[in-house]
Amino acid sequence: MSEITNKSLKEIVENIKSKEISSLDLTQAYIKNIEGAKKLNAFVTTTFDQALENAKKFDSKPNYEQTLPGIPLAVKDLFCTENTKTTAGSNILNNFIPSYESTVTKNLWDNGAFLLGKLNCDEFAMGSSNETSFFGNVINPVGDKLVPGGSSGGSSSALAADLTPATIGTDTGGSIRQPASFTGTVGLKPTYGLCSRWGIVAFASSLDQAGPMTKTVTDCAIMLEAMSGFDEKDSTSINKKKESYSKNLKDNVKGLKIGIPKEYRVENMPKDIDELWEKGKKILKDLGAQLIDISLPHTKYALPTYYIVAPAEASSNLARYDGVRYGYRSKKDKDLIEMYEQTRSEGFGDEVKRRILIGTYVLSSGYYDAYYLKAQKVRKLIKKDFDDNFTKVDAILTPSTPSSAFKIGEKTNDPVSMYLNDIFTVPVNLAGLPALSLPAGLDKKGYPLGLQLIGNTLDEQKILNVGYAFEKNCGFKNQIKKWWS
Amino acid sequence: MSKEKFDYFINGKKSKYEVIIGLEVHAQVLSNSKLFSSSSTKFGGDPNDQVSLIDSAFPGMLPVINEECIKQAVRTGLGLNAKINNYSVFDRKNYFYADLPQGYQISQYKNPIVGEGKVLLDMPYGTKEITIERLHLEQDAGKSIHDIDPSNTYVDLNRSGIALMEIVSKPDLRSPEEVNAYIKKLRTIMRYLGTCDGNMQEGSLRADVNISVRKIGDKKFGTRCEIKNVNSIKFMQMAIEYEASRQVELLDQGKEINQETRLFDTKKNQTRSMRSKEDAHDYRYFPDPDLLPLKLDQKLIDDLKKSLPELPDKKKERFIKDYGLSLYEANVLVSEKEISDYYEEVAKLSDKKLAATWMIGDLFAMLNDKGVSISDSPISTKNFADLIQSIKSGVISGRIGKDVFEIMVESGDNPKKIIESKGMKQQSDPKKLEMMITEILSKNKDIVEQYKAGKEKLFGFFVGEVMKVSSGKANPQLVNEILKKLLKS
Repeated sequence: MSEITNKSLKEIVENIKSKEISSLDLTQAYIKNIEGAKKLNAFVTTTFDQALENAKKFDSKPNYEQTLPGIPLAVKDLFCTENTKTTAGSNILNNFIPSYESTVTKNLWDNGAFLLGKLNCDEFAMGSSNETSFFGNVINPVGDKLVPGGSSGGSSSALAADLTPATIGTDTGGSIRQPASFTGTVGLKPTYGLCSRWGIVAFASSLDQAGPMTKTVTDCAIMLEAMSGFDEKDSTSINKKKESYSKNLKDNVKGLKIGIPKEYRVENMPKDIDELWEKGKKILKDLGAQLIDISLPHTKYALPTYYIVAPAEASSNLARYDGVRYGYRSKKDKDLIEMYEQTRSEGFGDEVKRRILIGTYVLSSGYYDAYYLKAQKVRKLIKKDFDDNFTKVDAILTPSTPSSAFKIGEKTNDPVSMYLNDIFTVPVNLAGLPALSLPAGLDKKGYPLGLQLIGNTLDEQKILNVGYAFEKNCGFKNQIKKWWS
Repeated sequence: MSKEKFDYFINGKKSKYEVIIGLEVHAQVLSNSKLFSSSSTKFGGDPNDQVSLIDSAFPGMLPVINEECIKQAVRTGLGLNAKINNYSVFDRKNYFYADLPQGYQISQYKNPIVGEGKVLLDMPYGTKEITIERLHLEQDAGKSIHDIDPSNTYVDLNRSGIALMEIVSKPDLRSPEEVNAYIKKLRTIMRYLGTCDGNMQEGSLRADVNISVRKIGDKKFGTRCEIKNVNSIKFMQMAIEYEASRQVELLDQGKEINQETRLFDTKKNQTRSMRSKEDAHDYRYFPDPDLLPLKLDQKLIDDLKKSLPELPDKKKERFIKDYGLSLYEANVLVSEKEISDYYEEVAKLSDKKLAATWMIGDLFAMLNDKGVSISDSPISTKNFADLIQSIKSGVISGRIGKDVFEIMVESGDNPKKIIESKGMKQQSDPKKLEMMITEILSKNKDIVEQYKAGKEKLFGFFVGEVMKVSSGKANPQLVNEILKKLLKS
């Protein structure tokens, strides 16, 4: 008998609608899984009582018209949740209970879902392995020594281990797509401005974007339509009509032009990744898509640009954590200055401090022009590379990451090698474009690998359609054994 | 018109110096809610009673521009004859302070909403033009309160996030008097526009004052010092006088002036160093990624321009040209919006020139005496106009007018009613007056003789007698005429 928690979100919604399962039974099934998966350390906070309450409420008065009827969902702990602790994976917010609900999570609840718990993540979403969290590293269900990717590592781990039917993450430089790739799941970073940033603990405001992480492309479409939408409380939110991505999902890619950028074939890239990319091209070609070689000449500058822009914004965004109005406050508080210094010194971890320092440095007078200003110029060129090519192609296919999941501790002492993991994902954030990471195969070690489909601004439907067709013909099946329970 | 000469110079031991002053005025925007949040901007609320999650910088909170504040800045820019920039950018000015919850102030750095403009000052030595370099919008900070508790500082965030306009002048000012005139002019313009209430006691208008001195004839500016956050014109003037003398003294001694930020100590009437240039903050300005650049529609600017009220300079011209007022009168009457409003109401109903004379004379003296503003005047514009008309039409004399005015102040009554009930109407019947005067002359034959013998000063005596007998009601013009006629015969 296949367990309900093995199923896709779409199937679960159908089971709820056909009354094959109640919201309460569903919720209990997930709670059981979560309780048996403590080893993975995917959760910072669980809200079981509240979830059971909500499930009962749904069952007593079900509304099947909703997109997510009676569905329990765990979300990344970067989304502020009303009356539920929100830590951003940091000691400095370890006791912070917001009095407000982020727009994106509110959208989910308004569509019938309810909160199951808060998922671990890299501290302030700064990391690619979920090892920078104050609450300890998360383990990838793929293997017990493996990182789940980051920063949405709790999300990818929980999803792959059937601890939540779908989830949401945030993606500043790859934080949805890279963990999706490492866990054999689907992750979408939407167009910048499609999902509201209101109520999400900020890392780098011009890059941060929330998005769905799911088991299938269809689930991804369902989640995206539930969570996205214009929000007047976010000045960078795009004012456009809501779309029914799942209803409009089509698996026909015939005649679509798929760009293959030569700059994404990097030095020392494992052969597995190259082969996977070839496999992806072949699948799309066989389905009738046209492959076109393209060039995105400024790609090589994307990573250094990202590591100027993101820390610059972060250094300013994180200035508010001073121990005064909320969050952690050091006991060493002889005077105000000591209190500030100790609070921030004890409250932030090394990676966060590293980025605050980098950000402060690149914005300093005398360095601003050479770093921040130049990075902004390069950012425009990167965007232009994409703009130029999207007149010729419908979507761009690349690998999601330059490697599969690595071992815990393998890169912790080498920040640059850690940063290199974002090499294929950051250009998309700098350009504000949507990109979908699809599970596409396993490497020699049996670890999942992902391919990335990049779309033009607001072309979510198009890349979901390509992804949908790809998924049907790829035959990827995640082979995770529940070794942890 | 004879003009005085500008003469504000500081005499050093060897040379004479002129003082160069530039102002950064911070004017609080009149708006119901803050620049980026919906919290109230009302003054005097309980501490931390007007603070939203945005103002207190909670995680994940985002600023959203308050359109009314933008319009107010544009109106002010237009009132300063300035260029309105269709494209402007909000930047983050990063610094760490207890009353700055975000750790940065949202301000405008490279691309302000308003560019170059100008303000005209009427000085005794002529009109002086002051160039405005720019006007930008920014958030106010909160307030640290040090005097509630001996060992703790309290922070009130009610002010945090309120919109300020920073109006930066070129270093065009040359004396404390010009600074006085400049601040008053800015204040008047903004009060006419309704963009800032100009209330200096409540901190709605304050300034950073940049001062340097240079020998007369020198082309190059000297090193300047900035005196931070002075909140009254009097203190600004005192600070300038002190600071200019201090700088001249240093130069006299052959010393250099350090570029620094100074504070004005209102108790000692001195400025003292706050931080030197070396310790200056590195604000790490960069465009706020939470806000898109502000793009203003030309139509919005044009519409705002069309809806602007008449401003003091224009009004002054009209008063002189159409109402026949003197420059002095016009200047006084446009100096405050409430004064000009009052005057215009009165002028609509009565003689414009006489109304101006009476307002600037008797009305202002009375208000001054009572210590009330014109908005709280015990005399309504209608009653005041009736008084002016009663005088103008000869119903009462100016002399009696002063008595009626006194009664109006006490009772608030209409002057016509007062004149009627107290029988204060002027005696203007020539026959009756002639009879009265004939009788007076016959009673004072000896004095008439003396007058006729050449003591013409005695004319006043007869006028006095007539007024005495008529209880001041005799029409003075007629009395003069009749007296002259009868004394000749």
